[in-house]
Amino acid sequence: MSMIGKAWKFGDDISTDLIAPGRLFHLRSNLPELAKHVLEDADPQFAGKMQTGDFVVGGNNFGCGSSREHAPTIIKLSGVSAVLAKSFARIFYRNSINVGLPALICDTDKIEQGDELEVDLGQGTVVNKTKNLTLSFAPLPPAMIKILNDGGLLAHIEKHGGFKLD
Amino acid sequence: MGKTLAEKIIGSHAQKEVTAGEIVLVPVDVCLTQDGTGPLAIRQLQKINLEKAANPKKTVLFLDHAAPSPRRELANDHITIRKFAEKTGACLSEVGEGVCHQIISESYLNPGDILIGADSHTCTGGALCAFSTGMGSTDVAVGLALGKTWLRVPETFKVEVNGKFPPGVYPKDLILHLIGMIGADGATYKALEFCGDTIKKMSMSGRLTLSNMAVEAGAKAGLIASDETTKKFLQAQGRGSKFKKITADKDAVYERVIEIDASKLVPAVAFPHTVDNIKPISEAKGIKIDQVFIGTCTNGRLEDLKIATEIIKGKKKHPKTRMIIVPASKAVFLDAIKAGYIKTLVEFGATIMAPGCGPCVGVHEGILGDGEACLATMNRNFKGRMGNTEGFIYLASPATAAVTAIKGEIADPRGFFTKKKPVKKTAKKKKR
Ligand code: SF4
Repeated sequence: MSMIGKAWKFGDDISTDLIAPGRLFHLRSNLPELAKHVLEDADPQFAGKMQTGDFVVGGNNFGCGSSREHAPTIIKLSGVSAVLAKSFARIFYRNSINVGLPALICDTDKIEQGDELEVDLGQGTVVNKTKNLTLSFAPLPPAMIKILNDGGLLAHIEKHGGFKLD
Repeated sequence: MGKTLAEKIIGSHAQKEVTAGEIVLVPVDVCLTQDGTGPLAIRQLQKINLEKAANPKKTVLFLDHAAPSPRRELANDHITIRKFAEKTGACLSEVGEGVCHQIISESYLNPGDILIGADSHTCTGGALCAFSTGMGSTDVAVGLALGKTWLRVPETFKVEVNGKFPPGVYPKDLILHLIGMIGADGATYKALEFCGDTIKKMSMSGRLTLSNMAVEAGAKAGLIASDETTKKFLQAQGRGSKFKKITADKDAVYERVIEIDASKLVPAVAFPHTVDNIKPISEAKGIKIDQVFIGTCTNGRLEDLKIATEIIKGKKKHPKTRMIIVPASKAVFLDAIKAGYIKTLVEFGATIMAPGCGPCVGVHEGILGDGEACLATMNRNFKGRMGNTEGFIYLASPATAAVTAIKGEIADPRGFFTKKKPVKKTAKKKKR
């Protein structure tokens, strides 16, 4: 499956406080409303200007901080097709897969704001069409591929009536 | 092959020998959610018609982050959580009981357990030698309903600490120093194992501070072998029979060994806006502070309040600096009242809040104004953390916080100790 969209570039250490701020704690049970503020404290333009299918591109330690699953959930809800980063914070990474948002580890130094990207999950490649470059991303652990292929953790549990990771 | 603490605990649950890198399905002993993550966990279970708790007596739903509720939406979230507790028989920790990680350690967690919590600082429980790790709402929802989760057995960094802390230097300074050294993502996906003389002699309160902040280096867990101190802690909580001695094997395989000499440490301060932006106190001295906050799952325990109280006793709070104190739990609060700390702190000019998270996550009780600076004993100083992206958060120990409240600017707590002691000695000598 391949996905095409524009890159929105963010820096290192994008925390879940920047993605889904604590000051909007009261919107956590209203995810569509919270999604209107996605990444607002990192880039106030993003939520209003991004197009469905675009990519969020971070540096190191993307999604650090709180365990709030609301962070990857609202990134997905806003229409982002995948998050690319040099590295992810552990809980954010696991949460992304659980909510069905691909989180891909690759060399994002080779991607700039506005670059057009084509991501092929099956091939494990990111083609930077603007720069005419192909990057590869690290494969997910097999257990996570199963969960992602089933459409997230909830769908996985519903489908198999429990965990079925091997 | 020798095993690390993580491999031992996870292996005993998987009922086989496990090695770092393996993915295993394991039973979970204790599960927690809080009021920021619980409602989503509950809605997820409702979606797949799985509203149950496999082990209700060890499933704890906390109301601590926005408690008492500052808004209608959050009060309604609290209702969702209370209803779920009623329906499933899970334990409810009500408004005013305290911060999840403190109460889990006080009342639920035992050495050798696996704890999963929908809160990143669930790693706090590693101080009791329980494999404790933070996850998201859906992972914990499924875990609490089925009594199982999947884990990747982490590689371990051994952090060996020897030597005695100089006066005015505390476990908080040690963990800040370590995070500054390895970086905010220095231990991503890894377990930290704290050991050495300094840790052996450290109180449970100090150990909880270390394990609490493991996640600030990206770690999955921050483990400490169980020993006499663990046993005494459990006994004091009425759970002495749950003590189990767990130690890492001498020939355990570590990915990295980090050695620290505690006697060389100085008070440390994390500058805005990342926890690994660590500087020694000498570079922080003199920064004007509008608000001092002592509390949270990191440093809101009795020992922390004691340190602060001893420093501020008989002194005056700086008129331009506010001070907020939030005991980590009801038990801590009651003990602090009994010991007279609360009276002293109130007389000094501190505002005392109900046990819970207080202003830590920026929903209530001390949100910063534009351009204001706060020195806090909490574990995070991300931009916007205290409810305002125009605020600045510095992290330090309770001792540094206390001297800062007196001076109105970041100050060195070592001055307090070096000044006081010689005065006493010479006074005694004169009498003789
Ligand atoms: S005190 Fe702060 S860090 Fe601890 S659980 Fe509460 S919000 Fe999280």
